[in-house]
Amino acid sequence: MAVADQRNRGTILALTGPAYLWLTVTIFLPLSAMLYCSFLDKSPLVPQPASLTLKHYAAFIERPVYQQLMLWSLELGAVVTICCLIIGYPAALALAKVIKGRWREAMFLMVVLPFWSNALVRTFSWTMVLRPGGLADQAIHVVAPDAPALNLLYSYPAVVVGLVHSYLPYMILTCYISLQAIDDSVIEAARSLGARSGALFRRVVFPMSLPGVLAGSALIFVPAVGSFMEPRILGGAKGATLGMAVEEQFTVTANWPFGAALSFLMLGAVLLICLALYPAARKRMEGL
Amino acid sequence: MSKSNSRITRRRFVAGAGAIGLGAAAGVIGAPRILSAAGKITVLNWQGYGTDEAWAVEAFKKATGVEVVHDYFNSEPEMITKLRTNPGAYDVVLTNSAWNGIASGEGLIQAVDTAQISHFDDLNPSLRDSALLSKDGKVYGVSWVWGMTAIAYNTEKVKPAPESVEVLWDPKFAKRVSVRDDAIEAVSYGAIATGQDMNHPKDLDKVKAKLLGLKPQIATLWSSEDEWNKLFQSGTFDVSVYWSGSAARSKTNFKLPVGYMVPKEGGIGWFDGLAVAANAPNIEGAHKFINYMVDPTFYVEWATTVGAPASANTKANEQLPADDVGRQIHSDQAAIKRLQFMAPLSDDERQTYSDLWTEVKTEFAK
Repeated sequence: MAVADQRNRGTILALTGPAYLWLTVTIFLPLSAMLYCSFLDKSPLVPQPASLTLKHYAAFIERPVYQQLMLWSLELGAVVTICCLIIGYPAALALAKVIKGRWREAMFLMVVLPFWSNALVRTFSWTMVLRPGGLADQAIHVVAPDAPALNLLYSYPAVVVGLVHSYLPYMILTCYISLQAIDDSVIEAARSLGARSGALFRRVVFPMSLPGVLAGSALIFVPAVGSFMEPRILGGAKGATLGMAVEEQFTVTANWPFGAALSFLMLGAVLLICLALYPAARKRMEGL
Repeated sequence: MSKSNSRITRRRFVAGAGAIGLGAAAGVIGAPRILSAAGKITVLNWQGYGTDEAWAVEAFKKATGVEVVHDYFNSEPEMITKLRTNPGAYDVVLTNSAWNGIASGEGLIQAVDTAQISHFDDLNPSLRDSALLSKDGKVYGVSWVWGMTAIAYNTEKVKPAPESVEVLWDPKFAKRVSVRDDAIEAVSYGAIATGQDMNHPKDLDKVKAKLLGLKPQIATLWSSEDEWNKLFQSGTFDVSVYWSGSAARSKTNFKLPVGYMVPKEGGIGWFDGLAVAANAPNIEGAHKFINYMVDPTFYVEWATTVGAPASANTKANEQLPADDVGRQIHSDQAAIKRLQFMAPLSDDERQTYSDLWTEVKTEFAK
């Protein structure tokens, strides 16, 4: 018994060790260094010795503009996540339960295809679609020649479009995996017990796919909250996020500590949101 | 400010950088035999900003036997960081009027022996002898090129030709104006428009209020020359704060209807100085290279085949063709007199301007 336990432990260590070592070296250590950096009174590369301070966190409280930017970023993250769910979930459902065989493979290819291109290229190609006289504008005028000129570029919707396009595959893939794991016999059983389509979806299929929905949402919400490239290119003067302010601290003012402090405040806010939603999500999944 | 110029040539740096990469590799392999006498120098500059032109590096090597290797920075704070953390790694470093004093103050660069720069007497005295490139009466940067950040406009849409900075706030051009997404440039123009010292405006509230007044005017913010050309061509804006060398290129290379003017209230001027790093391993080679960089033969080739800011060497500018757009823009003496030159800012000032610009942009986005 004890020998088996030990062997198990060895196997677990061998299997998970490389991943945890990798995470420690590439994520935990740099992140810790940045956390420390956020308490320094000057950038770590300045030759003078630095001392510890809380002034960068105080600056966030004193300057309402950074709170405003954080709120906007969180809002943007939520909007993008919800849009991805609305568009991605039905697609995942169709892929898992309706489309079969070679068609499914082809559809999958189309889902992951955007991943094969560079994010910057993808974003710039949206500018060609959204600008006045661009593809979207021309398409509308083919259908309705008298429609006013469509100018979506440099607006909030443009930022949402770009981000949803970038992150949609995460939602489709995670939801697909959950949905595909639902045994068809469970659905048949529900039907034979008299569940109509609405009830079937609400009480059987959706709750059982919830882990995928939550995983997809987390995968999308976190990077969308921190986005800075898409808001700049597609949002123009209408795109403002805390991520852009963080970038400015690192590249323009060379105030790394303040940039680090803003990043950790954002990380804290995201963690708080996840913690707040966790009990509700757990409760829903407990019944499964 | 030379950031501007690095971006200018970014679209073609790939070719140049590749050539230099090859050159450097070949140099390393062949170095022990061929180059032992003259050695090599390492230049720290923006990528694609003149010093790394493949033909120039080759011509310099032919003339002096000195091999030129490059390292690049993407922002001035990065340039300072590289000098601090790699003492002895660089020979020549590009510092502009706002950063030369910071670098010499920290002892990161050494005084230039001007006797070794044979073209020194031909340099424009107001740049050559500027306090921004010297310390304790010694020259710490040899003035190389200079340019302006002023106002470009669409000559077909903006008539009559504007003369005042107020054109940016003119309701006639609501949603037709663009400025660069850059805190220091924005604050400088806010200060110029409110009649203050561009580098250290005393009344920042006034600057902020003035910049907030741009909200109904702004079509979008721009960040690179390439982007500017696309936006201008697609008619996204008619008036914009823009760089002089870039305006010349937009007009010559892209045939865009660009007019350029330095407002009567003033404009931003900047100039770059080539400096010798503090612990330069090859001081003699560094001086030779700087001398070659201010040589008219190099400048004329650079300006006419690639496009460059104005040279600090007056003789070099005179050798450009008379119809050269860049030459025309950079030779308006009355406009040059109206320029205020970029001076060093403290870390606190940079942070304050950055916060102010973030606040203004956040209002724009509302």
